[in-house]
Amino acid sequence: MKQLTVISGKGGTGKTSITAAFASLAKNAVFADCDVDAADLHLILKPKIIKTMQFHGLKRAVVDKDTCIDCKKCYDHCVFGAIDEGINIITESCEGCGVCEYVCPVDAIQMVDRDSGYAYLSETRFGPMAHAALNTAEEASGKLVTVVRNNAIELAENNNKNLIIIDGPPGIGCPVIASITDVDLVLIVTEPTLSAIHDLERILGVAKHFDVPAIVCINKYDINIDNTQNIKQYCLKNNIEIVGELPYDVNVTKAMINEKTIVEFSDDDLSKKIKKMWGEIEEILIK
Amino acid sequence: MIISVASGKGGTGKTTVATNLALSIENAQFIDCDVEEPNANVFLKAKIKDSKNVLVIVPDVDKNKCDYCGKCSEFCMYNAIAVVPSNVLVFPDLCHSCKGCELVCPRDAINWQKRSVGKIEHGQKNGIDFYHGLLNIGEIMAIPVIKALKKLVDPAKDVILDAPPGTSCPVIETIGGSDYCVLVTEPTAFGLHDLKLAVEVVKRLSISFGVIINCDGIGDNRVDDFCNEQKIPILLKIPHSMEIAQLYSKGIPFIDGIPEWDKKFKDLYKTIKKEKGK
Repeated sequence: MKQLTVISGKGGTGKTSITAAFASLAKNAVFADCDVDAADLHLILKPKIIKTMQFHGLKRAVVDKDTCIDCKKCYDHCVFGAIDEGINIITESCEGCGVCEYVCPVDAIQMVDRDSGYAYLSETRFGPMAHAALNTAEEASGKLVTVVRNNAIELAENNNKNLIIIDGPPGIGCPVIASITDVDLVLIVTEPTLSAIHDLERILGVAKHFDVPAIVCINKYDINIDNTQNIKQYCLKNNIEIVGELPYDVNVTKAMINEKTIVEFSDDDLSKKIKKMWGEIEEILIK
Repeated sequence: MIISVASGKGGTGKTTVATNLALSIENAQFIDCDVEEPNANVFLKAKIKDSKNVLVIVPDVDKNKCDYCGKCSEFCMYNAIAVVPSNVLVFPDLCHSCKGCELVCPRDAINWQKRSVGKIEHGQKNGIDFYHGLLNIGEIMAIPVIKALKKLVDPAKDVILDAPPGTSCPVIETIGGSDYCVLVTEPTAFGLHDLKLAVEVVKRLSISFGVIINCDGIGDNRVDDFCNEQKIPILLKIPHSMEIAQLYSKGIPFIDGIPEWDKKFKDLYKTIKKEKGK
């Protein structure tokens, strides 16, 4: 079984639209939305949820005010600033370490499970899908990414699928690292803007750090041809293959509004280029 | 006044709004808190004058004192310390520096050492006091870098905080304590969906907020409808325009490229002040 993650560093370069297009082209794949903070792939793939699982992230502290003797030991020891002087827990700041529970002399603090979100196993018109939703202001999105990835592997094994296509989050931190560790290939979607080029260099550094092979796709290459040339030169110099140069196309937004992948929505130049790119990625994955 | 700029969905124009707003206010302090992928200085081009490492502490086990009892690893919620029959392994990038291992160690074998997870850089441009943070490549936790940036907030000034995308911990750390939060979205299905998530977060944190619609005209009216229904003020609409997109691609703040926008951003600041006063 192979795993491909689509990432970008910078947000909004077109990861999800491209992942959705791949979903309509891949013949025997499972799809995973690992952008659990702001998941959007389901808006296009329209999954029918088959199984819902509660996700508990880090634990959180609760104080029993009747037992508390106001000694403030917990307040003094909390390094996260998650307990105020009145001994109230600021849940958004609590990282669940358990120090307050340990130092409390009267057992007034308990660490309890947080309902941090849900993980889903679903069916789509293109194949099985693993996804999730993080509850408002919850943490541990990296841990939820790992749950989604494990669910995707289980779906692939149970359905004899030989590929997992993962829609990754933006950035370079915890959820991104959880999305790319041990995958066979990452596709980095960039665009010819100075911001995206800056971010491309950082995300390529992360892929290299974790020893994951990376290839690049330049989306909206025609909005700044000079910058596109600079990306190509940079990739050439660093021995990174560019598998696609996609034109700016208003049909991307139209397809999204119609809840279709760009490949389903239109057979225009962009669709043809995505199909060709997908062919090349499949070949790289087989190698 | 502390104004944070956030979005839910990435690439909707947070940095564009934050940079142009900072440039249109006198004597602003501008802090780019997207420490994973900071881009504000691509546009601002402040000359970096000083740089400081962000340090966190991680356990350093004194092997002469340790008897491998395993209490530290049993306590650690983050699996950052593991005890095998005759060794203790510390995984520094998983450690949250809570000091629990030190508290539970019966032999006082835990000392602390500093490690760098990123850096903060400082510069100035056109009267703007600018800071940004850079998480080291391969590092997991952005929070310590964001916390270090937030300590630099000067409440005497107008402070603009550029937030990372998403809705989880790095965003909450950035926007927490703001007087006002500007949510930047685009009029698409993805933009609307993620805007709704971001609205839940700012409501939970009890921060006053309004919306800016970027790339107005590219999609449909559902973001407008949502804001009207929810009585969320739409502070500004930035049209979908090739001219703006091209200036963006070159790293030029569009109030410099299209001067009439300077007034619109000055007005935006006034609108925010008025909204905050409500």
